[in-house]
Amino acid sequence: MPTPILMPALSPTMEEGTLAKWHVKEGDEVHSGDVIAEIETDKATMEVEAVDEGKIAKIVVPEGSENVKVNAVIAMIAGEGEDVSAVKSASAPKKDPSPRPSPRRGEGEKEAAKAPTLSSPSTPLPTGERKGPAAEGSGKVRGSDPRVFASPLAKRIAKDKGIDLAAVAGTGPRGRIVKADVEKAKPGQAAPRPAAQGGAAPAAMPSIDPRAFYEPGSYDEVPLDNMRKTIARRLTQAMQEIPHFYLTIDCELDELLRIRKDLNAKAEDGVKLSVNDFIIRAAALALIKVPDANVSFAGTSLLKHKHADVGIAVALDGGLITPIIRNAETKGLAEISAEAKTLAERARTKKLKPGEFEGGSFSISNLGMFGIKSFTAVINPPQAAIIAVGKGEERPVVKNGKLEVATVMTVTMSCDHRAIDGALGAKFLEAFKAFVEYPPSMLL
Amino acid sequence: MAEKIYDVVVIGSGPGGYVAAIRAAQLGLDVAIVERAELGGICLNWGCIPTKALLRSAEVYRSLSRLEEFGLKADNISFDAAAVVARSRKVAEQLSNGVKFLMKKHKIVVIEGNAKLAGAGRIAVEGKAGKSEVQAKNIILATGARARTLPGIEPDGKLIWTYREAMVPAAMPKSLLVIGSGAIGIEFASFYRSFGAEVTVVEVLDRILPVEDAEISDLAAKAFKKQGMKLLLSAKVEKLDKGKDSVTATIVVKDGKKETLTVDRVISAVGITGNVEDLGLEQVGVKVERGHVVVNEWLETGVKGVYAIGDLVGAPWLAHKAMHEGVMAAERIAGGKGLHPLDVTKVPGCTYSSPQIASVGLTEAKAKEGGREVKIGRFPFRANGKAIALGEQDGLVKTVFDARTGELLGAHMIGAEVTELIQGYTVARTLESTEAELMHTIFPHPTLSEAMHESVLDAFGRALHI
Repeated sequence: MPTPILMPALSPTMEEGTLAKWHVKEGDEVHSGDVIAEIETDKATMEVEAVDEGKIAKIVVPEGSENVKVNAVIAMIAGEGEDVSAVKSASAPKKDPSPRPSPRRGEGEKEAAKAPTLSSPSTPLPTGERKGPAAEGSGKVRGSDPRVFASPLAKRIAKDKGIDLAAVAGTGPRGRIVKADVEKAKPGQAAPRPAAQGGAAPAAMPSIDPRAFYEPGSYDEVPLDNMRKTIARRLTQAMQEIPHFYLTIDCELDELLRIRKDLNAKAEDGVKLSVNDFIIRAAALALIKVPDANVSFAGTSLLKHKHADVGIAVALDGGLITPIIRNAETKGLAEISAEAKTLAERARTKKLKPGEFEGGSFSISNLGMFGIKSFTAVINPPQAAIIAVGKGEERPVVKNGKLEVATVMTVTMSCDHRAIDGALGAKFLEAFKAFVEYPPSMLL
Repeated sequence: MAEKIYDVVVIGSGPGGYVAAIRAAQLGLDVAIVERAELGGICLNWGCIPTKALLRSAEVYRSLSRLEEFGLKADNISFDAAAVVARSRKVAEQLSNGVKFLMKKHKIVVIEGNAKLAGAGRIAVEGKAGKSEVQAKNIILATGARARTLPGIEPDGKLIWTYREAMVPAAMPKSLLVIGSGAIGIEFASFYRSFGAEVTVVEVLDRILPVEDAEISDLAAKAFKKQGMKLLLSAKVEKLDKGKDSVTATIVVKDGKKETLTVDRVISAVGITGNVEDLGLEQVGVKVERGHVVVNEWLETGVKGVYAIGDLVGAPWLAHKAMHEGVMAAERIAGGKGLHPLDVTKVPGCTYSSPQIASVGLTEAKAKEGGREVKIGRFPFRANGKAIALGEQDGLVKTVFDARTGELLGAHMIGAEVTELIQGYTVARTLESTEAELMHTIFPHPTLSEAMHESVLDAFGRALHI
């Protein structure tokens, strides 16, 4: 019996992705380990390997299909001697045929091929996003077709009235949603869709449609790509769910800059420490020193992280991503520097593996290089805090009643008040400031 | 024989009736159809089709008068009225035979005669072959309509015609009075004017083709006047005095003044009335109001198993509306799901005069009723390459959009071949397209249809060729 190949979950939070490319066509022989397809999620492109041997009997999801649900049948593979032509439609799989994602070919890391992200991570997300199909175990193909069939006019009116088409029953041909159906629906009608597939849905439409305010033609309308959709959805969710509060502190950098210059002068070739590398290490050590600030809010519990997994926000063309330096507290400045550099580079080329940007216990967003003095950042769930780092600049400071000049950097911490209270946040910042202002203490 | 109980018996084999019968047969039902005259009803035999044949002759003849414009020459151009009529009859006959074939193909029993409801599920048929009774679980009434007559202008079939006589003239009248400027009146006015008759059209409202968009009515009036037609608007024919071979009409015009006009023939085209008589409707309890059978949105008469469709149930009196209702009634009987009641704003209307007129949906005035904000697009044939190449630069495509939702509310066209074009907008309306889909549609070049695209673009300030 032909075996279905299912859409793999490349990460615990992945619910759908784009089938970017097929490397095989119907009738091709494949062997275990062959790269058969490329899957693109909002954050990364991954290759999919065959796990079974056989012949590609049928490609169910064509190349370029967007929003393919995790665990949807994407192709059928026929074993030796099986009749390829007999494959008519995808039937429910009887075993776990999920192919595994692999690192890009050429990296050759057999270890990575074990697809760490497919195994259950130990930290559930508080948002409930985690009940992703990967955790449910495979073999279940999502029942209903997620595509919503609606007339263009119905879509336009739904958008205008803030109606979720997924919640509307269509009465047109083959259940197509038509104008009359949308006109009957109530604005703001939430999606009581089975199993609230909401996690995969794009960000909710703004309640005010900006298109109503501008002449058509006076602007270019650019559809959201996956990354922008994810940013819109996740940050709206973060801002709406997490009670943010903000703490601001100034850190003097003169000592840090001096040491940095020293170290860079003496460092081996290729090592060039940045201020941000110091900040990462300072944050990591402060998280270990004040472990209550190194947490995630999980609804009925707090997850107190044992390591400082520090995310660093990297701006990309048309978006941003926050790759994570795992166990940052165990890493020296040179190692942090090197790792930050590779992660940033891989992020810009969209080569990050989901395990490299999901999770984390804390984030750093630094806009100092753009001359920003101070700002606030939105917490990146499932984390509970983020610091927004401004530009280090010479400012007048008063020391012992005397006016002096110091290089000062303003840092603003956003805290999830459900997990971190004001005094706790202050304690973290105090520790952080101490490390930054006197970097030798990071050696202790 | 009397044992047989049909699933469906359709009374009347016009476009509504015969289509209902075919659809019911397709759905596996046992169907019979009763017809008192020719299969195909008025449409095929005395309406849509034969008039299109006549108007085609008129069009060709009209083109002959413009030959030099196209670099062509011909002498002694003339016509043979009898041959024009003969062709029209032949076309009608061919199509009626076509219906006969379709009935046979779908194993639909054709019963000739006059039908009358004779109680629950029973129909008495009286024909040449004598009396019989047919039993049916469901009955679809599709008896159509006929010309309405007004007091004082009763047609006599000789000097005062209805569409029926107007379709088979023994000779072309030299002068003609057409009463009523709906599609039927205008088509005959156009036909006879093309063959040289002095034509006067009297319309009681202030514009011709009153159901069309006012702008289109005005353009049509201009075109007809240019052809030498006389249009009397806001006017009423008070009486007709018949002479030996002429009729003198007394017409009350705008300010109450009376005018008299003597013409060879008069065509009365003042609307139609349903064929509700002698069907036994009252006995079984089918309600009739103002000459039409009353039905709900599912074409049910209220009497169990009795449906009514087409002209019999009211406006718009159009064959394609009747066909659609025929399909709907058959599917309803067969227990079809997902049916929708007829939306008249999705029924296109066509007038096959020269120039042609076609429309679907709301007029600009209707769209604005209730304070709706609209966007109007216009594109003249004058700016369309194909129209110029064809020598048909008089024409306009007007589109009406809901400014808020982008819904195509209506489309109104006048000019060459617009009756063939209107379906594009009808599809758009049925698919619930917004301006975006229409704008993204690629229209072939060079065609008249490009004017449809441009009109949409114009509504949003994006027309390319004006």
